[in-house]
Amino acid sequence: MPAWTLFGLLKGKATTAWPGRDAAGSEEYSGQDGLLGMPRFAPQHCGDGCRMCADACPTDAISVKNDSKGAERLSVDYGRCVVCQLCIEACPKGVARASSDWAFGARNRNDLQFLVGPGGVAGGEKKPTEPRDGFRRSLHIRHVDAGSCNGCESELQALNNPFYNLHRFGVFFTPSPRFADLLLVTGSVTYAMREPLLRTYEAMAEPRWVMACGACAVCGGIAEGGYACGHGLEGVLPVDLYLPGCPPNPAAIIEAVLMFLDRTRQRVKGGRLVE
Amino acid sequence: MSDVKDIASPPVEMRTIDPAALPEAVGALIEGGGRMQMAYALRDGSGALELRYLASGRPREPFLAWRCRPKDPVPSVAAVSPLIGWYEREITDLFGVRFTNQPEPYPLVLHRGAHPLVPPLDPGYPGDTPMAFRETEGAMPETDHPDIQKLPFGPVRADVVESAQFIFLYVGEHILHLQPQLFFKHRGMEKRFEGKPLSHGVILAERVSGVGGVAHALAFCQAVEQAAGCAVPLRARMLRSLLAELERLYNHLHYFGHLADTTTLKVGQAEGKLLEERVKQIGARLTGSRFLRGLLTPGGLRRDLDPGAKMGAELDALRPAIADYLRRLDGTNSYLDRLISTGILSHKVALDQGATGPIERASGIDRDLRRDHPYGGYAELCVTVPVRAEGDAHARARVRMAEIDASLALIERVVRSLPDGPVREACVPRPNTEGLGWAESPRGSLYYAVHIGADGRPSRVKIKSPSYSNWRTFPFTVHDSNLMDYAINEASFGLTVAGCDR
Ligand code: SF4
Ligand code: SF4
Repeated sequence: MPAWTLFGLLKGKATTAWPGRDAAGSEEYSGQDGLLGMPRFAPQHCGDGCRMCADACPTDAISVKNDSKGAERLSVDYGRCVVCQLCIEACPKGVARASSDWAFGARNRNDLQFLVGPGGVAGGEKKPTEPRDGFRRSLHIRHVDAGSCNGCESELQALNNPFYNLHRFGVFFTPSPRFADLLLVTGSVTYAMREPLLRTYEAMAEPRWVMACGACAVCGGIAEGGYACGHGLEGVLPVDLYLPGCPPNPAAIIEAVLMFLDRTRQRVKGGRLVE
Repeated sequence: MSDVKDIASPPVEMRTIDPAALPEAVGALIEGGGRMQMAYALRDGSGALELRYLASGRPREPFLAWRCRPKDPVPSVAAVSPLIGWYEREITDLFGVRFTNQPEPYPLVLHRGAHPLVPPLDPGYPGDTPMAFRETEGAMPETDHPDIQKLPFGPVRADVVESAQFIFLYVGEHILHLQPQLFFKHRGMEKRFEGKPLSHGVILAERVSGVGGVAHALAFCQAVEQAAGCAVPLRARMLRSLLAELERLYNHLHYFGHLADTTTLKVGQAEGKLLEERVKQIGARLTGSRFLRGLLTPGGLRRDLDPGAKMGAELDALRPAIADYLRRLDGTNSYLDRLISTGILSHKVALDQGATGPIERASGIDRDLRRDHPYGGYAELCVTVPVRAEGDAHARARVRMAEIDASLALIERVVRSLPDGPVREACVPRPNTEGLGWAESPRGSLYYAVHIGADGRPSRVKIKSPSYSNWRTFPFTVHDSNLMDYAINEASFGLTVAGCDR
């Protein structure tokens, strides 16, 4: 045992400074160098009547709708995006491009919608809740897997590895819902997990908040619907914090939680990262 | 090295059988040293039900499959091949086919309280309607002795873990019986493939079990390639094997971090998890995804990779760190004390219940699909397969240690000898064809049976995941053990729930 202690000390510090940045605003601190994020679109260059990206998308994240003047408008719901990059390969004109944008934590479902026409897109009417002052610093999270592929859990488990070291922010996972402030849900809310999920929520003291972590929890994800899979938290629980991605990486999870605590600002607005 | 896959010998030898003759045929196969792999139901082009049983014989021989028309009810083969018992129950749940003499005649993948109007994989099932469901307790052995305590744990458990329920019957510290109640996470994944374009099928397969996405996508693609009769370019096959080994590497490192945690080695846990993180980051730099997703496609890869430039140096730095860590871990007495003789799985139970992967290899069964039925680039690579006889938690850990070494060696070989060339061939399966794909995932053997319908899209996809078999096996090592060892034993199995539940 003492050998392990010495080994640990000799290894030194492995923790990233994320979400701190250097003067150049480098994202290398995040450890997500090379990671492909949400696709970006420059729809002004779309061809007439082209729906190739929408047809390629496995989760119907992309749609082409007519606005009030009858003009076609591309709209992308990043809450549904599983980051598969198929739309980018399908686009013949380079309108859809790969990006490294993955910090898509948002308080409001509407913030994940890109180019919403005047008709609007369903969802997101809910007013964002603000955490109270007492919750700026420390936060206790109860996680519930409501039917994930285990990818999201793998990234949540990574939060406690020495690289991300979530504890340094005063954020902890707690086994008891009674001690929890935030219910962090992964997975699509299968028919059999719905009741256990609701029971966990009921057991939490108020004030309590809910985070949808990953495309599955936001909308049902890749396997949405069917006889067993469900549609995520839609219509199941009120959501205070959305983090799409499939899965969202640990740096994105950290940033979303700190944003929720008002310790960093929300970067995604109208489906775009604003600096 | 051959550039074209050898498709002269059919990978599956198909026989038609009368259902009444099944128990005897399965018995004879097992007598002769063969092994059942899975069973499933499907509907053929005319809508008629058909049952399939898949078996493997000796290494490098084609797989053996039986097909039959189910005459209701079908004789169960669970008495001769216990592991097929679960498959039969699943067929009953999803297709409504009944079996006679089934030793556990209650639902498996659907919870007791689920009441679909028609079985969910019946064509008459109304599309996106969720099943009617009322929570109902699952089946448990009856107990009436006052000293026997019952402890239900889950489905929402402590910490960040997957949902599953475990019901313990125990006296004091002594566990009499463990009843895992799985399938809370059943998403009906197999049905989601039906009628979808193949490009979406790969994305789905990657998300059946998130930490086994490469193996799942690989097995799916290979099944489609077999149905299409297309050959995959050598460079793509080698890169596929490289991705599969990277997946094994981060999974096994995760395993050791977790195992160290259950034996209360905090620094050992941190170091294991840190090494896992480094492999995930290397994977992201190489592929754009920490889970190596978005690369595979029927016919090869969606784009080329440059592993030499993107990860060569970092992997060189990682190799000694991993070796040092594992040596240190396996030299720690407190860790060894908790593992040695814990959770023994006998050779016979491993064989009967269908244990697979590192679990079976730690109980003396020398099997590995990479070597026995080579796919991807493995025909060109020499795969060493570690086997141990003890069957305890330590043997399971030692097998994985040796597999980490072997994976690193395989990755190095691929990086050094990667041939130039294209990475993708056209691959369009003809209507009404079928294929079987397989892969040795980090947790064991994985099979995808893909049936292509008249529209050229999957009409039925059956997934045999390694955790399905290993979860079946696990309780046999828990009965008559003590509560103190439970967490260590469970960690030593390295199971996932998502792959099992699908
Ligand atoms: S990257 Fe997102 S938007 Fe594009 S096809 Fe995939 S899921 Fe759809
Ligand atoms: S969002 Fe993606 S990674 Fe997360 S559970 Fe769903 S499929 Fe898996």
